[in-house]
Amino acid sequence: MSRQSSFEIAAAAAAGLVFGLGLVVSGMSNPAKVLAFLDLAGPWDPSLALVMGGAIAVGAVGFAFARGRATSVLGLDMRLPGAGVIDRRLVAGAAVFGVGWGLVGLCPGPAFVALSTGSSQAIVFAVAMLAGMALYTKGES
Amino acid sequence: MHIDWIAFTPWAALAGGALLGLAAVMFALLAGRIAGISGIAGGLLSPARGDIGWRVAFISGLVLAPILYALVMAPVTVRIETPMPLLVAGGLLVGWGSRYGSGCTSGHGVCGLARLSPRSLAATLTFMAAGFATVFLTRHVLA
Repeated sequence: MSRQSSFEIAAAAAAGLVFGLGLVVSGMSNPAKVLAFLDLAGPWDPSLALVMGGAIAVGAVGFAFARGRATSVLGLDMRLPGAGVIDRRLVAGAAVFGVGWGLVGLCPGPAFVALSTGSSQAIVFAVAMLAGMALYTKGES
Repeated sequence: MHIDWIAFTPWAALAGGALLGLAAVMFALLAGRIAGISGIAGGLLSPARGDIGWRVAFISGLVLAPILYALVMAPVTVRIETPMPLLVAGGLLVGWGSRYGSGCTSGHGVCGLARLSPRSLAATLTFMAAGFATVFLTRHVLA
């Protein structure tokens, strides 16, 4: 394995772990709490808004540093996406994703975090989610 | 609308959110990549040489997080009350939609908004609106 790819793997493992801890600490790994945010007509739990606020505040500062770089701190290529356009595909995909999110309260990050809590429903959801992703890959090929 | 002050956890939400932002920044500055979970996982389904290890490593970090948290702090509880058919439907929609729309709550909602991307703002507003509407329908109209 090249030095580059071991750096990439180490960075990914560390970032994945911190990301997972963020989901656990914020309570967002629990679908019941996410649905309590999405339920505006019920007893409303605004926590998710503050999770987003905290993440974006920290992220905005860090991404401002990342913006001008040609290579990463570890010497890897920067692969941050460019501006792109708002097209029908983006909006349709986000809408379909949002319906699934509202049905269960899980999105991809929390779905992986929930796997190791021993919830059998979490396993069913993760398998269905990967099947949905595979359908997309099949449709594109 | 009335706020559930007992369920509301502002400090944990801000602290956890800050960790999410930190993870996204770490990944961008160290690896030059966006911490978008749907893209990271989806890429494993059409695997390319040299493009597998870091994806598996990121997802392993996510899966290990609640185990580590339980060792140091407290067990992590997850409550999923969605009936089985809707659980499967929800998973399929989340998987397909997040790939078709090029991102989910992490890539668009956290990274994209932090990068001030208009595309990610449009996606985030769309999936939030769809989520609000779906929960309103399932809990207050169809229930």
